[in-house]
Amino acid sequence: MILYLLCIVLFSIGLYGVLRKRNLVKIIIGLGIIEYSMNLFFVLLGYRFQGRAPIDAQDQAILTMVDPLPQALVLTSIVIGLGVMALVISIAIRIYEKYGTFDITKIKKLKG
Amino acid sequence: MKTVNIIPLFVIIPLTAAFLIPLLGRLVKRFSEFAVFLSCAMLLYLSLHARILLNSLTDKILVYKVGGWVPPFGIAMVLDGLSSFMLVTVNLVTFCVAVYSLKYMNKYTDKPKFFTLFSLMLCGMNGVIITGDLFNLFVFLEIASIASYALVAFGTEAEELEASFKYAIMGSVASSFIFIGIAFLYGFTSTLNMADMARVLSFKQNAYLVHFVGVLFLMGFGLKAALVPFHAWLPDAHPSAPASISAMLSGILIKTLGIYALARVFFNIIGSTQNYLSVLMFLGALSMLVGVILALSQWDLKRLLAYHSISQIGYVVLGIGLGTPLGILGGLFHLFNHSVFKSLLFLNSGSIDYALDTRDLRETGGLAKVMPITAKTNLIASMSIAGIPPFNGFFSKLLIIFACVQKGYFGYASCAIIASILTLASFTKVQKFLFSGELKDKFKEVKEAPWSMVISTVCLAIVCLLGGLLLLTSLQSFMGDAADVLLKGTAYAKDVIEAALR
Repeated sequence: MILYLLCIVLFSIGLYGVLRKRNLVKIIIGLGIIEYSMNLFFVLLGYRFQGRAPIDAQDQAILTMVDPLPQALVLTSIVIGLGVMALVISIAIRIYEKYGTFDITKIKKLKG
Repeated sequence: MKTVNIIPLFVIIPLTAAFLIPLLGRLVKRFSEFAVFLSCAMLLYLSLHARILLNSLTDKILVYKVGGWVPPFGIAMVLDGLSSFMLVTVNLVTFCVAVYSLKYMNKYTDKPKFFTLFSLMLCGMNGVIITGDLFNLFVFLEIASIASYALVAFGTEAEELEASFKYAIMGSVASSFIFIGIAFLYGFTSTLNMADMARVLSFKQNAYLVHFVGVLFLMGFGLKAALVPFHAWLPDAHPSAPASISAMLSGILIKTLGIYALARVFFNIIGSTQNYLSVLMFLGALSMLVGVILALSQWDLKRLLAYHSISQIGYVVLGIGLGTPLGILGGLFHLFNHSVFKSLLFLNSGSIDYALDTRDLRETGGLAKVMPITAKTNLIASMSIAGIPPFNGFFSKLLIIFACVQKGYFGYASCAIIASILTLASFTKVQKFLFSGELKDKFKEVKEAPWSMVISTVCLAIVCLLGGLLLLTSLQSFMGDAADVLLKGTAYAKDVIEAALR
């Protein structure tokens, strides 16, 4: 149970980073932490107490196998996270070229 | 069994185009334009064909089993009334936008990259509509979202990068909420297939978790749909993109990723209770009023249109949230109409931008003399969005207001009427400042937009004009079937599982 709660704590830390930080890079790090926490949470959902790797062999009973599906899904989600991260970082670099700063309070040409 | 095989083509065709364009786009001249035009034309034909095919079936559902795995284990692709309705809407608008972009994108450099992202976004949207698996929906949603983040930043000017960054961060956080919702549902039901999940959930007692998941989905999909408390990204992101992408984003992306996914999850998987519906109606009415009030004071043409998107999305959500047959029909009809006239308005704003290089309403005027066709199509679209009788927007708004009155929600009905009047006021301003009055000297040399851009706007204007005919009894199955799918609620599970076993 405590593991799940720690996941939520990690998620909240990431959300705090996204919402409260002024530096673009720190916001991106916060986004990364959110993604890690939810991947961790999903993998934990598939865990069984004292489980073993989900490999089916002839002389082994299918009793305490961990659920393999969340692992496959999290792998997909990590790749998606990588794509988002690469895009957001490249946008942040271009923003730095245009504005000369990472501070979001100084990046405000859009109004209304 | 052959008929089922058209279903995966909706994902395969745009994905193939997105794969080939960066490979051959630089080597073969005009390859990217050709590939995009061909794939969009094929998709439009296929979506209409799927609609006709579905009409000939008695139970109106087709299930494609990816890799031959039977649904609870493998991924299923489901074509039912709602998905075919959305497919026709999406592919119709995309085709017109693709024809428009062939010429319009000369303003920008690097057409092959643009068309790659365009095809990827289309692939993501078609995938979201056609899939029957909740995690697969998430994956397609992310494909469409990432492509749209990149497309918003396509001009790489300061404003565009800023808007794209904001959109990307908010969109990713929304996707995280959706992902956590899916994780909770998987932990609760041990399945990812939407139909199977609905079946398992209907046996569960005391499902407090489901309400929590409902809130997560409302946040996630609500942000993608730009409902009012989550709308902050839209007025920045939509005006910053190239006009053809603004038309795609405002016209269909927010509806596919937002409204369609929200309706599918709430009505067909979780099962719509009165609590969810009340929340949806309240958010819809709020979006309607806030969006239109914020739009009134805008002078940037595209920003004004973006605020109207928030307002019109409110109508759709209000209609669907009513939960009555008439309300859902009105909501879906307004979804179709809004995607047509809002993309037309954005394309016209693109034509004006292309010719004049400005979109500030205070600088323009008298354009009716130099751009007569754009003036006429814009007039049709403005009257549609404001709800003037012969055009399509009038009928859908009327249906929504009737449905509100029928169910006794007079407050929401009056909200809808007030928002409609304010929309009319706002578009009177647009028409006045753009097309009437004195033509300024520096715009004397302006010419009408190139013919391929004009053709696509004229096509959309004709759809606006004739859209009301969809309510005729002979054509009504187009929307009627879609509304039936939502009205059936969790009985959707039984239909899909039966169709999969055939």
